[in-house]
Amino acid sequence: MTAIRVRGLRKMYGSLDAVAGLDLDVPAGEVFALLGPNGAGKTTTVEILEGHRRRTAGEVSVLGTDPGRADRHWRARIGIVLQTASDAGDLTVAEIVRHLAGCYPRPRPPGEVIELVGLTGKAKSLVRTLSGGQRRRLDVALSIVGRPELLFLDEPTTGFDPEARRRFWELIRKLSAEGVTIVLTTHYLDEAEALADRLAVIARGAVVAEGTPATLGGRATAEALVSWAGHQERTADPAALVVRLAAEGADLSALTVTRPTLEDVYLGLIKEPSA
Amino acid sequence: MSVDILPGPVRLGLRRGGIEILQFVRDRTALVFTFFFPALLLLLFGSIFGGDDGDGVGAARVFTASMIAYGLVSTSFVTMGAGLAMDREDGTLKRLRGTPVTAPAYFLGKLLLVAVLSAAEVLVLLACGVLVFGMPLPADAGSWLTFGWLFVLSVVACGLLGIAASALVRHARTAGAILNVPVVALQFLSGVFINPIDQLPGWMITLASVFPVKWMAQGFRSVFLPDTAAGSEAAGSWELGRTALVLGAWCVLGLLLCLVTFRWSDRGES
Repeated sequence: MTAIRVRGLRKMYGSLDAVAGLDLDVPAGEVFALLGPNGAGKTTTVEILEGHRRRTAGEVSVLGTDPGRADRHWRARIGIVLQTASDAGDLTVAEIVRHLAGCYPRPRPPGEVIELVGLTGKAKSLVRTLSGGQRRRLDVALSIVGRPELLFLDEPTTGFDPEARRRFWELIRKLSAEGVTIVLTTHYLDEAEALADRLAVIARGAVVAEGTPATLGGRATAEALVSWAGHQERTADPAALVVRLAAEGADLSALTVTRPTLEDVYLGLIKEPSA
Repeated sequence: MSVDILPGPVRLGLRRGGIEILQFVRDRTALVFTFFFPALLLLLFGSIFGGDDGDGVGAARVFTASMIAYGLVSTSFVTMGAGLAMDREDGTLKRLRGTPVTAPAYFLGKLLLVAVLSAAEVLVLLACGVLVFGMPLPADAGSWLTFGWLFVLSVVACGLLGIAASALVRHARTAGAILNVPVVALQFLSGVFINPIDQLPGWMITLASVFPVKWMAQGFRSVFLPDTAAGSEAAGSWELGRTALVLGAWCVLGLLLCLVTFRWSDRGES
């Protein structure tokens, strides 16, 4: 089953093409990451999928419905983690989670959601006293309390310390294991590599590459760089080169074989075409 | 397996109303400035100008009746306008947009907040009038019936205009200041702070007659003052029919303005 299907999506702001003919397919149950530099059209695309923004042209189907025409029944099936929110400051964590739980037909028990995001010790604290990381985990709690089939996370870990990010990743994996389809945008390549089943790189309003973290942009088949004792050589078959070097008696004490990292591939993909 | 029913707009509106009231009560600044400020003004004005005005009706009683109009503007127009600006800025509206809470449910919640605050505001002002200034409460059902429709029309008109006015507010932290400019100006123009209203220049009364506050204050005076006091009104009578017409017209206009100006986000999108 397809959770998201997008064909020829366009969004114009005045005469500027923020999204210029974008295609996407996300099967149900997948963790899908959208990568791209600032201004590439990630947030605009995600906001169109969430039903927050109108599109200029193109076909969009999210859970079988056009989000531009979606009703409250559709909204009950999706979850959105906001990029920046400072609402509900005068309520406690438990109060706002309980309030939103009551807005859905089949909510998770509020206590269970608070436990899931690791805020049980903060349940009776006012929301405005939470730290940045706790606040984002509350945002996740509020987005999953209605048991969404599809969860959108727009740059969820920006500003997290490394430990908070690891914990956040664990949470995303848990949700994914429950069968929730997850769409996340991120700046962090390690995050995409750690979480995503598949990812797409957006640049200048269109998808420039799509694949798994291992195969994106021909990463799996790209030439490897073999370095030893002050020498370097690029080759498609590093094993053969290493065998030959060993046979020739070269000094291999500092031998390294590197494939391009996801970051190398990514930076190559988003490079502006030189005019 | 049981069929899970999505809560409808009315139920969600009631839920929103509950959470809105809880948040308002927790916000001390809003509680003091929009809720207790009118009572403070009443105590000051009533004590300063408290003498008998010669018609046998104490000025403090006139202030009490008129100040109900100011109290309702404060709890409906200002609360609604500032609350909406805040909800737009802090992400409340954006969050709700992604949930089954629809716009009618959201506004039902806001109107419930405003109605409860307004009712409490009236109680506080009447308590001041009765306990501090010895104002007698009307004993006849007719006066309370008039009070009832005046209250409903006032709160609905001011609440809707507050929603529309929030479109003019760019930053939530300036909302109180911006919204209070027309509010305070209208209190002076409409004879809430200046009693009786016929002390005002004619053009001011004409200008004030376009807006709801003058009619609200006049209406509440008709409820809480003896009929002999009607002579101090601009027209020499209570004009209740015209009051209902003007306030009703503002309700309709306010609703139209809301439908035209309301946006879920501040970026001009759906």
